[in-house]
Amino acid sequence: MIEFDFGTVLAQWPMLLRGLVLTVVLTAISAVLGALLGTACAWARLHGGPLLKRGVGAYVELVRNTPFIIQLFFIFFGLPSLGLRLSVEVACVLAMVLNLGAYACEIVRAGLQTTPKGQLEAAMSLALTPWQTFSRVVLPPALARIWPALVSQIIIVMLGSAVCGQISAEELSQAANLISSRTFRSFESYIIVTGIYLLLAMALRQLLYWVGPRFIFSRR
Amino acid sequence: MTQTSNPPFALVDIQGLHKSFGATEVLKGIDLQVGRKEVVCIIGKSGSGKSTLLRCINGLESFERGSLSVDGQALKHGDANAMRELRQQVGMIFQSFNLFPHLSAGRNVMLAPTLAKNIPKDDARTRAQTLLERVGLGHLFDRMPDQLSGGQQQRVAIARALAMSPTVLLCDEITSALDPELVGEVLQVVEMLAADGMTLILVTHEMAFARKVSDRVVFMHQGLIHEAGTPDEIFNHPKTPELRQFLSM
Amino acid sequence: MVQFSLWDIFTFLLGAARWTVALSLIAFVGGGLAGLGLLMLRFTKLPGVSTAVAWYVQIFQGTPLLMQLFLVYFGLALLGMDTSPLVAAAICLTLYASAYLTEIWRGCVNAVPQGQWEASTSLALTYTEQMRYVILPQAMRVAIAPTVGFMVQIIKGTALASVIGFVELTKAGQMISNATYQPFLAYCFVGLLYFVLCYPLSWWSQRLENRRLA
Repeated sequence: MIEFDFGTVLAQWPMLLRGLVLTVVLTAISAVLGALLGTACAWARLHGGPLLKRGVGAYVELVRNTPFIIQLFFIFFGLPSLGLRLSVEVACVLAMVLNLGAYACEIVRAGLQTTPKGQLEAAMSLALTPWQTFSRVVLPPALARIWPALVSQIIIVMLGSAVCGQISAEELSQAANLISSRTFRSFESYIIVTGIYLLLAMALRQLLYWVGPRFIFSRR
Repeated sequence: MTQTSNPPFALVDIQGLHKSFGATEVLKGIDLQVGRKEVVCIIGKSGSGKSTLLRCINGLESFERGSLSVDGQALKHGDANAMRELRQQVGMIFQSFNLFPHLSAGRNVMLAPTLAKNIPKDDARTRAQTLLERVGLGHLFDRMPDQLSGGQQQRVAIARALAMSPTVLLCDEITSALDPELVGEVLQVVEMLAADGMTLILVTHEMAFARKVSDRVVFMHQGLIHEAGTPDEIFNHPKTPELRQFLSM
Repeated sequence: MVQFSLWDIFTFLLGAARWTVALSLIAFVGGGLAGLGLLMLRFTKLPGVSTAVAWYVQIFQGTPLLMQLFLVYFGLALLGMDTSPLVAAAICLTLYASAYLTEIWRGCVNAVPQGQWEASTSLALTYTEQMRYVILPQAMRVAIAPTVGFMVQIIKGTALASVIGFVELTKAGQMISNATYQPFLAYCFVGLLYFVLCYPLSWWSQRLENRRLA
């Protein structure tokens, strides 16, 4: 008969809380910066010069066809050889931002490309500049169109951040690792942390669906 | 500033306009002068080049040969700033309204003056409210476009174009996409604009409206102005067989 | 520190890459079969079954793959089974793939017009016959592009098996990095090899999608 002891694990709740907080912070920063990077890249892929288009295209394909853990290891272990030594947390954020940026680029690009031509003509007829047209007329409805896909991708990056424990970032999965080795209750540790991730994913989805219409693409 | 030699001064002066889409020539030499406060209706079959001509006037389409000037200034396609200046003078209303779906009716009207003319937000808001009242929709300032009927959306589009205080308004089949019972409310607004002295160039299929409101009617056929004259001349005494055939349709 | 030539490194990584491919294929085939079964269950009218499958998908899509790997690894140990990292990774990735594939295919089945269900019901076909002869063949046409695309996700997912000790491409990269003190070189090579495995599939998936829409 297998005996479970969740109590010992739950007693470590301060460590779980600290891990949760770092995961949330990493996700929040990466979501914002990654979405901005993705939008800029989407614009570049549609309106940039040929060199910029190819450069962004190469970045996107490179990130989307390699595992996140390799991107993280490359940044944290590989870059110091080039003289760029980053702290654990900065390396995590950088890896997550670059990862989300590539996926967000394709998602936002699809949204921009489905802009009805009439919207551009109306903006042109009202004497708006190209930047005004992009930021006020094209981008908000495009974001509204692709919001579910972008939210899903942010959640994927949040779940992927569990890998950051492998470079000793003290986020949620590392909390599980540490508690597991302290209490010898591995299965219980990981089940509880997995449950927390699941709740976090659900909460994040609800939050972003609430934030989007109110602050991002102005249903005013 | 160059003045044309034709009195009275032509607000929109088109001479020898040729436009092709690839290998197909769509406008084969258009000469048209529209004076201030004139209401000109352009009629003709689909494919006669009516919409293309209209879209040339505000630069949405470029042309290969000929000249086009608005208020004495010739069109400079390569100069983005000049084109924006032009579009502050020449407003356009589209068949499919093209309202911005993420902004309320009032904000649709406010957007361009706030950005292009740098008018402070509060002034723009007051002006937008006034314009919406002018088209009969003052009470719908905060409604989103998807909450409005087609006729209401088109009237908001008219208010939006008027917000830039244009000297000429181009109307590209503005009632063609509307259910029949909604056409009247839009035509009423256009009639009011004509009475207020706005220079209007309309492409339309509404013959009764054209007859009632225009100073001049232009019949286009296969890329050329086939016949032009007063409503009485065009509708009651058509000269060419093509126009007669068109009117009998 | 042992001196390795570039060629030694390359062949070592290539050898490890075979295990990446093997694990990916196991997960894809196993996950595909399981996913198909789950798909059939998803669309039955039996009470609770459809919801259970939905929850299964929700759990795998709402939790990190790394946690899933740990749970399977330690879970199997708890059950008394002496498992190697390969077996644990294979089981976990199979379950992971089954959840994602069934969800992808669910979308494709939903893309089949309702009229097809109605017509086949009117012809007195059983549920299994409906799925097998009418619905799934049509759903498959839509499903090919995203399924090929998901294969890329599986390959990338195998990289996490390194954390529970399975020696595939990522683990091999770590070993090279530690042995040669050249992490930049090691992870460049590893990234390149993953790219070579994944990019053709991504490209193919995009082409299939373009052709379907054309």
